[in-house]
Amino acid sequence: RKLFFSSLLRIGSFISFFWSFVLRCAPSLNYEIMIHFVLLVSRQGKVRLTKWYSPYTQKERSKVIRELSGVILNRGPKLCNFVEWRGYKVVYKRYASLYFCMCIDQEDNELEVLEIIHHYVEILDRYFGSVCELDLIFNFHKAYYILDELLIAGELQESSKKTVARIISAQDQMVEAAKEEAGSISNIIAQATK
Amino acid sequence: MDNMFQRSLEDLIKGFRLQLLGESSFISRALEEIRREIKATDLSTKSTALHKLSYLAAIHGVDMSWAAFHAVEVVSSSRFHHKRIGYQAITQSFHDQTSVLLLITNQLRKDLNSVNEYEVSLGLECLSRIGTHDLARDLSPEVFTLLGSSKSFVRKKATGVVLRVFDKYPDAVKVCFKRLVENLETSDPQILSAVVGVFCELASKDPSSCLPLAPEFFKILIESRNNWVLIKVLKIFAKLASVEPRLGKKVAEPICEHMKRTVAKSLVFECVRTVVSSLSDHEAAVKLAVAKIGEFLVEDDPNLKYLGLHALSIAAPKHLWAVLENKEAVVKALSDEDPNVKLEALHLLMAMDSYELCAKSDPLFCNEIIISVLSVCSRNAYEIIVDFNWYVSLLGEMTRIPNCQRGEEIEHQLIDIGMRVGDARPQLVRVSWALLIDPAMLGNLFLHPILSAASWVSGEYVEFAKNPYELVEALVQPRTDLLPPYIRAIYIHSVFKVLVFCLGSYFSAQESSSGSSSTVAFTYESILNLVNVIEIGVWPLSGAYDVEVQERAKNVLGFIGMAKQDIAKKVNLQDNEAEACRVTAFMEDVFSEELGPISANAQEKVFVPDGLELEENLGDLEEICGKFLKPVESDSVPCADKISFSVSNLRIRDQQEASSSSTSLPPKASSSLLAEHRKRHGMYYLTSEKNDPDSNGTPNDYPPANDLASEILLDPLDPKRKAKHRKSRPVVVKLDEGDESRIITSQAKTKQESVTDDESLSRAIQSALLVNKKGKEREAKGIQI
Repeated sequence: RKLFFSSLLRIGSFISFFWSFVLRCAPSLNYEIMIHFVLLVSRQGKVRLTKWYSPYTQKERSKVIRELSGVILNRGPKLCNFVEWRGYKVVYKRYASLYFCMCIDQEDNELEVLEIIHHYVEILDRYFGSVCELDLIFNFHKAYYILDELLIAGELQESSKKTVARIISAQDQMVEAAKEEAGSISNIIAQATK
Repeated sequence: MDNMFQRSLEDLIKGFRLQLLGESSFISRALEEIRREIKATDLSTKSTALHKLSYLAAIHGVDMSWAAFHAVEVVSSSRFHHKRIGYQAITQSFHDQTSVLLLITNQLRKDLNSVNEYEVSLGLECLSRIGTHDLARDLSPEVFTLLGSSKSFVRKKATGVVLRVFDKYPDAVKVCFKRLVENLETSDPQILSAVVGVFCELASKDPSSCLPLAPEFFKILIESRNNWVLIKVLKIFAKLASVEPRLGKKVAEPICEHMKRTVAKSLVFECVRTVVSSLSDHEAAVKLAVAKIGEFLVEDDPNLKYLGLHALSIAAPKHLWAVLENKEAVVKALSDEDPNVKLEALHLLMAMDSYELCAKSDPLFCNEIIISVLSVCSRNAYEIIVDFNWYVSLLGEMTRIPNCQRGEEIEHQLIDIGMRVGDARPQLVRVSWALLIDPAMLGNLFLHPILSAASWVSGEYVEFAKNPYELVEALVQPRTDLLPPYIRAIYIHSVFKVLVFCLGSYFSAQESSSGSSSTVAFTYESILNLVNVIEIGVWPLSGAYDVEVQERAKNVLGFIGMAKQDIAKKVNLQDNEAEACRVTAFMEDVFSEELGPISANAQEKVFVPDGLELEENLGDLEEICGKFLKPVESDSVPCADKISFSVSNLRIRDQQEASSSSTSLPPKASSSLLAEHRKRHGMYYLTSEKNDPDSNGTPNDYPPANDLASEILLDPLDPKRKAKHRKSRPVVVKLDEGDESRIITSQAKTKQESVTDDESLSRAIQSALLVNKKGKEREAKGIQI
C-alpha cells in the first residue's frame, strides 16, 4: 500500500491529477473564509476597529455593526462566548472595556477562534505595553497593521507573538527612517523650491 | 510646505474626542478639509488626508469610494509609509465595481516583485482582499514565483493568498499546485499551517482529488505538535474519511492519542467533532469521544458546556446511548442560566428520535423532558421559536410518546399557537388531522384534552384543511364514543364549522360558475356525500344523555335538513334567494371572526353597567319564587334538612364546609354558590383530578398507536435548518399585558410566584433524576398539575 501511494506521488501522475481537479472545478468555487470580519466595540457601543474579509457594502457594514453590537453588548457576564447570529457564529471576548468579536461559519472551531482573539490581544499588549482602549483609539492604524500580520484572507497566518512583534518593529523602523530623511532641512528646502 | 500645517490623523482623533459641536457636523467639516487636501499634488499631504479618510470610513461609516483614484496615486509613492496608507485604503474600500481597479494592476505587479519583503506583503494582502478575475489572472505568475521565494515570510503570505487567486481564476491551479504540494514538506510551522489551510478548503470542495495526498497529511497528523496545524489536518481527514472509509480505520488511532494527550481544549473539541461526524463506526474512538464530551458537560465553563452539547447533538442520531449516559447533564443544561446553552440542549433533545429515547428510559424522565421543553419553548409568548411548523409537528410527536401525561399543556399550546400565529395554522390543521384520525388516541385518557384542542383547531381553521371530507370522517368516527361528553360536544361543533365552510364554498362555486377562489372544489355528488356522512354520524347523538351533546347534534341535523333540500334543488341555486344560501352565508360570517388571545385582565376592564347588583343578597327571591321552586335532594349535603333556595342559608352552610375542607378558598358568596352547584351537577364539570373515578377505562388500556405516526413529520434539526434562520419569523400576537405563563400553576398563583416556580421546577427535575426513590413517591402522591 505504501508503494502504491508513493508511486502516485511521481511527477508524471501529477499532470492527470491536476487536470482532473481543474476540470471538476466550477467557474467560481467560492472558497469559505474562516473569519468573515473582526469588530472591536467598546462597552458604550463605540466602534474601535473594523476589518472585513468578506464583501460587505458600506451600508451593510453599518447595519451589521449596529445589529451585532446590540446582541453582544446585552449579554450577561457569565454566559458563553459564542452567539448564533444570522446563520453564522460570532465568537466574542471582553477585555476590560472592549469587546473583541470575530464572525465565523458554522463548521469552524469556536475555541480556536477564541484563542486567536487572545493571541491578538497579547500581541497588542506586548506592542503597546499594557494596552488599554485609549491606545487603540489613538493608534488605530497600528492596530490594523498588527492585525494584518496576524490574519490574512480571514485565516491565521502567524501564531508566534515574537515573530509578529519583530515584523511590526521592522516596519516601524522603515517608516521612521524615511520620515527622518524627509524631515531633514535640506529636503524641506528642496520641496519648497520645486 | 502644506503638510506642516495639515492636521494629522492624531489631531483629528483628538479633535473628535474634544468636540462640542456634535458628531455629524464635526465629521462633515473634517470631510471638507479632507476633500481639499486630497487633491494636493504633494504625496505626503495626500496620504495624510487619505489616512484620515480611512479612519472616518472604518470607524464612523463614512463613504470613501469617491477617493478611489487618490488611493491609487498614493500607492504609487516610493515611501513605505505612503504605500501602507494607500493599500490600507484600497483594501478597505475597493470592490468589484470600483472603476479604477484595473489601474492598480501594474503597481501591484511592481510591489509583488519588489526586493523589500514588506512591500511584497502589502501587495499580497491587498490582492487577497480585493482580487478580481482579471487581477488574479494577471498576477498569478507573480504569486507562483513568490510561492517559491527564499524568504519564508513571503512564502507564508503567498500561500495565504493562493485560495483567493484560485477562486477568481481557477486556471491558476495548474500553475501553483505543485509548489503547494512541495510546501507540504516544509519544516516551517507557519508555512505548513497556511498550506494545510489551503488543502482544507480544497478538500471541502472536492475531497476525492485530495485523497492521493492522504499519506502526507497522515505524516503531519502523527508528527506535528502545532495545534493550529493539527486542527486543520483533522478537518481535512473528516472530509476525506467520508469519501474513503478505509482511511477512517488508519486515522482513528492517532486521533485517540491526541485526545488523550493534549491539554488544548480546542484540539480536543476538534478531535471529538471529527470522530462523531466522520468516524462514527469506530467503537473505541466514539467511546473515548463521548467520555470527553461528558467531561465538557460537567465543567463550569459555559463555553465547554455549549460545545459538549453541540458535539452530542452530532453524535446523537447514531449513538443514542451517548445521550442517555449524559442525561443528567443534559437536563441540567435545560435550566441553565445561559439561554444559548438551554437552546442547544433543546435542539439536542429535539434532534433525537424521542420515541426511542423514551422507550429506553423511564416514564418519569420522559415527562420531565416534555414539560421542560414545553415550558422553555412557550416562555414569553414563544420567544425562542422561529420555525413554528417544526414546533407544531413537535407537539404532535410528543402526543405519540408513550406515557405522555402532559395533555393539558399540549392542548393549551395548540390552541394558543393557533390564535397567536397565523402562519402556523395550516401546519396545525395538518397535525390535528393526523391526531384525530388515529383511533388509538381515542382510547388514551391522558390524550383526550389534546384531541379536544385538535378538533377545535380543525374546525376553527378549516379553510387550511386539504381535505375537509377526511376531517369530517375523523370527527364522526364511531370510536369517538370513548370521549367524554364535553369533548364530544366540541367535536360536533367542529363538524358544524366544517359543514358551513363546505356548503359555503359549494354555493359560492355554484353562483360564480367559474373557478371558485377556495382551494377545495365541491361537486354535487361530493357535497351530498359529505352531508350524508355527517348526518349518519351525528344522528345517533341526537338522543344522547348529555344535554350539550344532544343540543349540538340537533342543531347540526336541523341545519342539514334545511340545506339538503336546497342542495337537491340544484336549479334554484343560481339565485341568492335560497334559504340555505343565506343561512350558510350568515353562519360563515359568524365563524369568520378571528378569535385571539384574551388578556388575563380583560374581565376587569369591562365596566359594570349602572344598576347591576352583583353583591347583594337575593333573599327577596324567596318571597317571589319560593312556592314555584321545588327543593332538590342532594346526597352530598350531610345535613338531613330540607334544602331551601335561600342564599343566606347556603352561605352559612358552605362557610362551615369550606372551613373544614382542605382547599383554602375564601368564603365569598360566589365561590360558595359555585361549590354548591358543583355538588349538584358534578358530572358536567371538567375533571381536575387525573384519578377521576368517572373516567373511561384504566390508563393503560389502549392499543399502541399505529403507522399513522408517520403522517406527522418531524425533521431532525440538521445544519441546513440552522441556516434557515434567515427566513423571517412569523408574526406572533402578543398581548401588552395579561399574558400569563400557564405551566405548572396550582390554583392561587400570583405572577411573582411563577418566577420562583421555574427554579423550583428545575430543582425538582434534578432531584427527581438523581434520586429515583423520591420519584416513585411523588408518583404515588399524584403529579401536581
